[in-house]
Amino acid sequence: MLSIKNLHVNVEGKEILRGLNLEIGKGEVHAIMGPNGSGKSTLSYVLAGRDGYEVTEGEVIFEGKNLLEMEPEERAWAGVFLAMQYPVELPGVNNMTFLREALNAVRKGRGEEELDAVAFMKLIREKAELVKLPEKLLKRSVNAGFSGGEKKRNEILQMALLEPKLAILDETDSGLDIDALRVVAEGVNSLRSPERSFLVITHYQRLLDYIEPDHVHVLAHGQIIRSGDKSLALELEEKGYGWILEEEAAA
Amino acid sequence: MSTQRELDDLVKAGYEAGFVTEVESDTLPPGLNEDTIRFISAKKKEPEWMLEYRLKAYRHWLTMEEPDWAHLKIDPIDYQAISYYSAPKKAGEGPKSLDEVDPELIETYNKLGIPLEEQKALAGVAVDAVFDSVSVATTFREELAKAGVIFCSISEAVHEYPELVKKYLGSVVPHTDNFFACLNAAVFSDGTFVYVPEGVRCPMELSTYFRINEAKTGQFERTLIIADKCAYVSYLEGCTAPMRDENQLHAAVVELIALEDAKIKYSTVQNWYPGDENGVGGIYNFVTKRGDCRGDRSHISWTQVETGSAITWKYPSCILQGDDSVGEFYSVAVTRGWQQADTGTKMYHFGRNTRSTIVSKGISAAHGQNAYRGLVRMGPKAENARNHTQCDSLLIGDQCGAHTFPYIEVRNPTAKVEHEATTSKISEDQLFYCRQRGLKEEDAVSMIVNGFCKEVFNELPMEFAVEARKLLNITLEGAVG
Repeated sequence: MLSIKNLHVNVEGKEILRGLNLEIGKGEVHAIMGPNGSGKSTLSYVLAGRDGYEVTEGEVIFEGKNLLEMEPEERAWAGVFLAMQYPVELPGVNNMTFLREALNAVRKGRGEEELDAVAFMKLIREKAELVKLPEKLLKRSVNAGFSGGEKKRNEILQMALLEPKLAILDETDSGLDIDALRVVAEGVNSLRSPERSFLVITHYQRLLDYIEPDHVHVLAHGQIIRSGDKSLALELEEKGYGWILEEEAAA
Repeated sequence: MSTQRELDDLVKAGYEAGFVTEVESDTLPPGLNEDTIRFISAKKKEPEWMLEYRLKAYRHWLTMEEPDWAHLKIDPIDYQAISYYSAPKKAGEGPKSLDEVDPELIETYNKLGIPLEEQKALAGVAVDAVFDSVSVATTFREELAKAGVIFCSISEAVHEYPELVKKYLGSVVPHTDNFFACLNAAVFSDGTFVYVPEGVRCPMELSTYFRINEAKTGQFERTLIIADKCAYVSYLEGCTAPMRDENQLHAAVVELIALEDAKIKYSTVQNWYPGDENGVGGIYNFVTKRGDCRGDRSHISWTQVETGSAITWKYPSCILQGDDSVGEFYSVAVTRGWQQADTGTKMYHFGRNTRSTIVSKGISAAHGQNAYRGLVRMGPKAENARNHTQCDSLLIGDQCGAHTFPYIEVRNPTAKVEHEATTSKISEDQLFYCRQRGLKEEDAVSMIVNGFCKEVFNELPMEFAVEARKLLNITLEGAVG
């Protein structure tokens, strides 16, 4: 479903990704781990289409289409979802309104009927229950004054609502205590399906105790330098990133 | 319709009210002297005292100079090149029933979304339609009369209710107040008069729709609203003008008087022609609006949504004389293209326990310049008076500007004044976030802007809040990019 070949990306003239290759199949969960500054967030932003990330070489094919030629909203309609590390606040924009507008924009983009207010209310209650987001947060401004955990739950709620084919989780575990982490992970797990793939970007192994990956990759210096199964994550947890980097330098 | 015209319309898309009505009119040649004023007064068959009032104002105006303190760049205005009176010929004289109104005019208001036929009108809204210099129709008069509410053009009020007019006209904004108010006092041609008697809650929203049509014409309307003891009225003003290459002057005066326990809610959705993409043409909107909370526990609330005009210069103000009286000002001002706005409010606290709230939201896009200018004055007798001011600016793009000029004068040690101000940009983070969730960029901007304006829109009567939101979306279309 997603095929990244030899991807080179510059940010402000500096090369951050240097020939990254990654294949994600339908229904698979891939984890990308790596030290700070290795290019993890850059990868998620490039896939979502953020401005300021210049692709100098390589290609990204998503469901047979050239992802890099699409606008960010077109990627969302096609089924790419990015749960952000730092969800932004939209003061004065009612969360419920935002969710409805987003859902209807995506449905429209997918050639589906827009949902009326009643059907939407039913759906949103159901999905909010899934991520245990208190209903009062639906009535507040988007993310404004939300705690770290509430913001991340709001992200997962949006994911549940927009039903993406590829969900990218960018450091979703950062800033969460263990209880919040569990709630978020349960939300994600409930969305796992043979039709939906996940790319879980994280610095720590901790999140992977809850969201079990099929594949684990180590990203360093803008390339994937090692891939394996979930045991690789445990090894990293135990030994840190140093040994892999040393092995790579020696090779 | 020729192809050229279609093309022109397409190029100018974005200002939907920019058409011209082909109607024969009676227009005074440009120029201003005492004869002009005598002509206007004679045309309206005014009593002698009204003419005297005008002439006194005119003579005083000759001694005044245009103000230059605002944060605005204004090309010199040639007051002799303006026509001070224009009326559609078939408008006839004095009060008229809707059957006698020129169908062209009714069609004009229909096109603007203001149906004058009562059965088609917005439920519960009575309209006074002012076209160039005259009022062409006032709806629901009979129904209002049953409640004892007077709602008519000010020309009629001069004839029908001279005592009320004499008592209140110029009592809040004297002709000596400022250059433009003084000019208005000399040449005002029409406007709306409202009187709500003691204890009456006006049964519907009142509204005036101002339309400038004729070229090279200024519009100088005068609005006078009086809410007697324990009365309540909600009033809305809307305005548009055709697209023309020249700058047209709109210098209005609005006076509100609230007696004991009365409340007046005054809302404006201003959509005068803002000029083209190069800053050519557009309305100069130089308006003096002031409300007087004359009685104890009276309440005056101004809400304005300013999206139009090449230049906006206005400060709807409250004089809080009565003890425990309340003044409010909620404003959204948008400047885009080459528009300039210098707007805000003045709150004069004279009475004890007087309270005022100011919420100002300025939005600047493209080359727009937006200034908030506000005065809060706590007089020596204003025991325990309170003011809270919140003044937020939102910038879209990097060529526009936002400026804040708050003036605070406190002469009573028990008074409290709070001022909060923020300036923000629609951030790239916010736009990306919205687009990642599937929203198009324009929709994302409009959602963020509407969120920014929410506190003010909440103050508008419902139909007009919808209108204001739509207008804001049209106005900001293509502002990003």
